[in-house]
Amino acid sequence: MSTLLLGMSVVLVIAMIVTALVAISERRLSIAILSAGLVSLIASVLFLLLAAPDVAMTEAAIGSALTTFLFFFVLGRVRGESDD
Amino acid sequence: MIKRFTVLLLLAGLATIFISLALGYVPDSSLNYTALYYADNTVSDTGAANIVTAIIVTYRGLDTLGEVTVLFLTAAIVGLVLKRGAKAGKGKPMLASGELLCTGSGLLVPLILLLGVYVFVNGHLTPGGGFQGGAILASGIMLVLLTNPMRHFSHRLIAVIESVSGLAFITVGILGIMLAAGFLDNSLLPKGTLGELFSAGTIPVVYSFIGLKVGAEFSSMLVNLSETEGS
Repeated sequence: MSTLLLGMSVVLVIAMIVTALVAISERRLSIAILSAGLVSLIASVLFLLLAAPDVAMTEAAIGSALTTFLFFFVLGRVRGESDD
Repeated sequence: MIKRFTVLLLLAGLATIFISLALGYVPDSSLNYTALYYADNTVSDTGAANIVTAIIVTYRGLDTLGEVTVLFLTAAIVGLVLKRGAKAGKGKPMLASGELLCTGSGLLVPLILLLGVYVFVNGHLTPGGGFQGGAILASGIMLVLLTNPMRHFSHRLIAVIESVSGLAFITVGILGIMLAAGFLDNSLLPKGTLGELFSAGTIPVVYSFIGLKVGAEFSSMLVNLSETEGS
């Protein structure tokens, strides 16, 4: 692995840890959901750097797209109910 | 206090394990025996350019059948649980979606569906395949549902797509026992030229069916979730 790739991986790993901490500690739910999706997105870029494009596609499609959408969907449903 | 102490102890233990693993890591200078076999023989055995796809669909086809079954059970259980909930749409009408979301989804959904189909049809040539393509298809459906949550999707159509592709997957596998070397063997169809769309025997056929099945299963879960109110 070249120095550039190593540097990029280190930056991405640090960003991933920071977004994961934001996802845990943030009080506003929508921002927490977005950060959780961002963790998956960074993970998929990391998989790409580690030469695993198939896993990267799965992670991007399921982890960051479908799961984030699903959480927002459920969040909207829960809020709609609590308004009644 | 005890809870915090336990968490810290757990973190310290995990850190010790990972640090010792990272310090003791020596990259392999060559592939191990199994990986070497796959790297050397995939092209001559199956004719697929993507070794990962050849392993998933042909060498480890039975495991893939198990994965598809797990996903099918999940979708079936989600449908079973959510069937008890009241149907949505009877209550007060929801707010209309924004102009940006409506126009954007009208532009993006066909492209997303096309990308999903491309990914699973080209699974034996490029990275990706049935599971990834199916998930991309379902995210297109999800975008439609986000734009208009009251939109009705035909459950019958989704069920028919799901069952027909599942049956076709099993049929290709059983035809492999009768006409070729074994269950899900891909030499049913000619191997063709390496790198062309119609190559690698039955791999593109099987992976397209898997893609349709996975897409239909995810979509049925999403549609069930959006049509149910409460639980």
